[in-house]
Amino acid sequence: MFDLTGMTALVTGASGGIGSAVAKALAGQGARLALSGSNADKLEAFRAELGGDHVTLVCDLSDGAAVDGLIPRAVEALGHLDILVNNAGVTRDNLVMRMKDEEWDSVIRVNLEAAFRLVRAAAKPMMKARFGRVISITSVVGATGNPGQANYAASKGGLTAMSKALAQELASRNITVNCVAPGFIASPMTDALPEAQKEALTARIPAGKLGEGSDVGAAVAYLASREAAYVTGQTVHVNGGMAMV
Amino acid sequence: MSETADRVKKIVVEHLGVEAEKVTEDASFIDDLGADSLDIVELVMAFEEEFGVEIPDDAAEKISTVKDAITFIDANKG
Repeated sequence: MFDLTGMTALVTGASGGIGSAVAKALAGQGARLALSGSNADKLEAFRAELGGDHVTLVCDLSDGAAVDGLIPRAVEALGHLDILVNNAGVTRDNLVMRMKDEEWDSVIRVNLEAAFRLVRAAAKPMMKARFGRVISITSVVGATGNPGQANYAASKGGLTAMSKALAQELASRNITVNCVAPGFIASPMTDALPEAQKEALTARIPAGKLGEGSDVGAAVAYLASREAAYVTGQTVHVNGGMAMV
Repeated sequence: MSETADRVKKIVVEHLGVEAEKVTEDASFIDDLGADSLDIVELVMAFEEEFGVEIPDDAAEKISTVKDAITFIDANKG
């Protein structure tokens, strides 16, 4: 079950906390990966850690022209492209009343517009191949909202709705488009939180603990698999029960 | 019938799964041959590949019949 041998995937934000866990999950099921990120050294270090026959593609997702070139680069490096994982995301938190145009724009540009550019480019080769898997990492706050994150929540809610539209456009070509929405996932960022804040966080989670990157990776690996062929336009919430939507 | 027309019709038959005799030059992809908008995108991609031409979006939007496709390709192929 969920064997990805012979399949290829592009993962954006691949050296980050969740991105690297997603990459490990896909590689663990046998997929060959193009790991994308903005930091060449971090990417290369992660590729070395991962082992295997994977490639790295440095790309700045805030640069529209560079984003448009990323899918062709991935297809060239991998030979074909079965799976696209839109994982890269940024936050620029602020209260709406204080939010600068630039804080709004930069989050929308990377989290939503780059994903749009990538799916637009990936749809062509996937349509030709009559197979494809597009998986976007969204967030629980895309469904629930979160104070201080109007830009981030909008970008993730937008990504979810865009995925539903694309799922309908491409379903007849055996291309599925889904989202995985993590809740609070343990990362260097959450590790650095004060103990009291961590306790307040986990008190809101029925599972009583933060999630792990591998929890997200497993959901992505499932949606990427041939077995998930009849699942499209959906969001898998990986949040320990903190929001049930 | 031109060589282009033959090749265009073959692609249309293959992609839309319609009978060859239905693919007349006046046939509309959508109204007569049952294509949807995604089929049109795919046909355009197939024409581009077969003939080595680039069909920009604004030109693709004007291609509604088999004849439109043949005319565009004959005018633009290298």
